[in-house]
Amino acid sequence: MRMPRLTPLQIVVHIAGWLPLVLLVHGFYTDQLTANPIQAIEQRTGIQALTFLLFSLACTPVASIFGWKELTQRRKALGLYGFLYAALHVITFFAIDYGLDLEAVWRDVWNKSYIIIGAIAFLLLLPLAVTSLKYWMKRLGRNWKRLHKLVYIISPLVVVHFLLVVKGSLTQLQGNIYQPLLYGSIAALLLILRIPKIKQALINLRSRLGTWNRTRHAAPTADK
Amino acid sequence: MTKSNYPRIPSSEITPKEAYLSRRDFIKAAGVLAGSVALAACAPKVLETIEPTDNASPAAPSVLTQTDELGDPVNSFEDITNYNNYYEFTTNKTGVARLAADFPTSPWDVKVHGLVNNPLTYSVDDLISKFQPEERIYRLRCVEAWSMVIPWVGFPLWKLLKEVEPTSEAKYVRFETLLNPEEMPGQGSPFYPWPYQEGLRLDEAMHDLTLLATGLYGGELPPQSGGGIRLVVPWKYGFKSIKAIVDIKLVADKPETMWNTIAPDEYGFYSNVNPYVDHPRWSQATERRIGELQRRETLMFNGYEEQVADLYTGMDLELNY
Repeated sequence: MRMPRLTPLQIVVHIAGWLPLVLLVHGFYTDQLTANPIQAIEQRTGIQALTFLLFSLACTPVASIFGWKELTQRRKALGLYGFLYAALHVITFFAIDYGLDLEAVWRDVWNKSYIIIGAIAFLLLLPLAVTSLKYWMKRLGRNWKRLHKLVYIISPLVVVHFLLVVKGSLTQLQGNIYQPLLYGSIAALLLILRIPKIKQALINLRSRLGTWNRTRHAAPTADK
Repeated sequence: MTKSNYPRIPSSEITPKEAYLSRRDFIKAAGVLAGSVALAACAPKVLETIEPTDNASPAAPSVLTQTDELGDPVNSFEDITNYNNYYEFTTNKTGVARLAADFPTSPWDVKVHGLVNNPLTYSVDDLISKFQPEERIYRLRCVEAWSMVIPWVGFPLWKLLKEVEPTSEAKYVRFETLLNPEEMPGQGSPFYPWPYQEGLRLDEAMHDLTLLATGLYGGELPPQSGGGIRLVVPWKYGFKSIKAIVDIKLVADKPETMWNTIAPDEYGFYSNVNPYVDHPRWSQATERRIGELQRRETLMFNGYEEQVADLYTGMDLELNY
């Protein structure tokens, strides 16, 4: 079988996708995941899931504004890495943290909105991962695109899940909320960039700057 | 130093050290378990085959007793001193030890004042020679649903309070942590109302379980564990046990406390460990003992119900969380 040729961006994406998992497993076996390794795995996989979701969400606006077309082809892999870490996050929670004790999970779910919101986000993410296969893309046609717009709901849900799980208070702007606020701002920015008017304005701005750059560089030669 | 494994129980009831797993074995066991999640049915068997081994860490000073009065082993010195909730340094629990390494804990002065007949500033050295610290092995239950068994060295707070003589108007004790952003970099964060402050009702403060700790594991109190001097209230969530105390004030009104100020509906003034009063973030019904894989049931008042329940007779503990 011929090896598929990978672009540099593809190589970067796949290394970045697997590296956190390699580091996590390495940290686990070398006893570096704090005195509370189960919580450390939950926190790290959670952050990585959100990070990759935001990377995949960044592809389309960055590609159209900066004209870096290849990014849109990497969107799917980034989204799937996000799903990988989300799945590890959920499996760790149920199978290791709660030791598959569904009764204990059930007891805790009802007064902890972060679990409910996280579970909704994961259940919404699940069909996106399944339908990332080419077969489903063809089969669903126009609906595929509609379905995958769910990510516009999933990412804010994950940010809210993150905000609810840290020790602090958003309303009083106090506590350990700096990290979820940072992720939340990036998510908000990436969603705002999808508003057609804003997107068009930025594309226009870039092409004006491009024209200005070209004229400026072209000017001296024209003088000769 | 005298040895007091509070509350006293016959040594025949203490589980021998060989009966528990070392952390490293736990890690391996967890690894095997993680690997066999797909084969979940065989996971419990895997755990049972782990051979018990010695838990002694070469870096750890000697500890006089190996278990708490319920028979649970003390956590390793390494775990206790490298997994710290100490936001004055950083919110990253494993980063505190490094950032606090050069924090000067000696000499250390504590001002004791307010509604007392004999206000005085004590040095920790004075307190140690005056009150003869003893070893007390206590469970520490963090509100984040993890717990440890810690061999503190300290003396009961009531001894100090007796000496300063609270007046009849004194109803509460307020504690304050050192405020020094240059040495405590986390205090530069605008998201917290520094300095850290905590409080106890006077009868809680006078209870024999309430400890001022000046040492750990038979040695000094490391900076990341709250040195120069810290409070330990074992039946309350860990955040009540304020670290690096510089000011103790007897007051008439209920004092403000740090986490209550930040999120009043989550962290009450009392914050007694209570598996029946839940929290929006963490299960308070169960907890993970550091070094163990399975969650365990959280005990009412963290297992000190017999000693402290009287303090709260007639109080609705759901309202006074």
